[in-house]
Amino acid sequence: MQTEFRSVLTGASLGLGAVLSAPALAADPGTMEVSITIPQLKVAEYHRPYVAIWVEKAGAPAKTVAIWYDHDMKNNEGTKWLRDVRQWWRASGRSMRFPANGVTGATRAPGTHKIAFSRAQLGAQAPGDYVLVIEAAREVGGRELLRIPFRWPAKAGAAGRAAGKTELGTVSISFR
Amino acid sequence: MKTRLLIAASAALALFAAAPAQAHRQWMLPSSTVLSGDDVWVTVDAAVSNDLFYFEHQPLRLDAVKAWAPDGSEASIENKATGRYRSTFDVHLTQKGTWRIASVADMLMGSYDLDGKTERLPRGTTAANLAERLPAGATNVRTAEANNRNEIFVTVGEPTTTLFTPTGKGIELVPVTHPNDLFAGETATFQFLLDGKPAAGLPVTVIPGGIRYRDQLGQIDLKTGADGTVAINWPEPGMYWLNVTTPQAEREDGAGGPPPLARRASYVTTLEVMAP
Repeated sequence: MQTEFRSVLTGASLGLGAVLSAPALAADPGTMEVSITIPQLKVAEYHRPYVAIWVEKAGAPAKTVAIWYDHDMKNNEGTKWLRDVRQWWRASGRSMRFPANGVTGATRAPGTHKIAFSRAQLGAQAPGDYVLVIEAAREVGGRELLRIPFRWPAKAGAAGRAAGKTELGTVSISFR
Repeated sequence: MKTRLLIAASAALALFAAAPAQAHRQWMLPSSTVLSGDDVWVTVDAAVSNDLFYFEHQPLRLDAVKAWAPDGSEASIENKATGRYRSTFDVHLTQKGTWRIASVADMLMGSYDLDGKTERLPRGTTAANLAERLPAGATNVRTAEANNRNEIFVTVGEPTTTLFTPTGKGIELVPVTHPNDLFAGETATFQFLLDGKPAAGLPVTVIPGGIRYRDQLGQIDLKTGADGTVAINWPEPGMYWLNVTTPQAEREDGAGGPPPLARRASYVTTLEVMAP
């Protein structure tokens, strides 16, 4: 926790430096790596969760970077349950069309998944404070939402983590 | 005599039209209010009951129920059925945006004198059919308008406000907060109009569903402000019943007989408040 806080502070001072000495340093990280653990659950009826990942910034519309759902059902039937990822649905999903290019993905099995987003994908071109939000909703199961604040420009290395209790395991982010 | 007649008249109206009587609450309960998908349906249960939202008294008659798509076109009510305690029907939500499903009744209440006796206007009397409903020789015709609106909103995708253009009749809701964008812990604001103008000082009653399994009604009593708005703070997620009515006219001090015949209007909706 302390480490994260320090890295955020460093990121802040770096950010200031970058603004003062534009153009930005060539070594600035341009990619966020996200590690998401979907827990193994001992339940009689298990369906892989729908997972939405989006970016929030005060004063700006939320930007969805990934939505994992049953995208390959006939007649697009899997979209019926998208609204169950309810905070994401309100923040971003309800104004989108599906499948969404570059955002729609298949549901993932329990385990740890690594994905990467460019700064452009995250919609984080402007320097400032952002929050990466991860929400999972499982058919005949529960729902959980995690928030990981980050700042751009970012410093390379680990930048934040959050631990879910029910529908999500550990989620962490780093920059490279 | 006259008193009894008028009481009977109001009781009948309350039960069969949309006016909420003291103990009976009229409601429509949609299967969902926030929807996604490409082939979207909503099923609605409709009843008149004491407890919300349990069908245990009378079904809501579906004769006046209509649905409107976000583009304003009328949509069909499908798979209608009326059972002992409730009615049910489906609406195929073929457009994205906010839909309205409503049962609206515009009536005339009142009485007339014939052969020395006072008779009440039959149920179903409207401004349009008053002349033909009145028997020849009727005198001293007294009427007052009653507009009752029971409506719900459901949204596919992003909420829209195309259906909120007021008709200028009865009590209507104008969203400040969209009725399909409600979350526990947040405050929603709605404006109510009476005959197209801000309805100031009207009582607003909000009751959370699930009454059967708790001791306290949990009723929230509010009043519209000068601009017709009311702010509601949702204590918890769930389905809520909301009712706005014009207050009952009170009889003058010392005057006997029935309360003066006054223009009445009521509004009922069911609102879904999502978990944060």
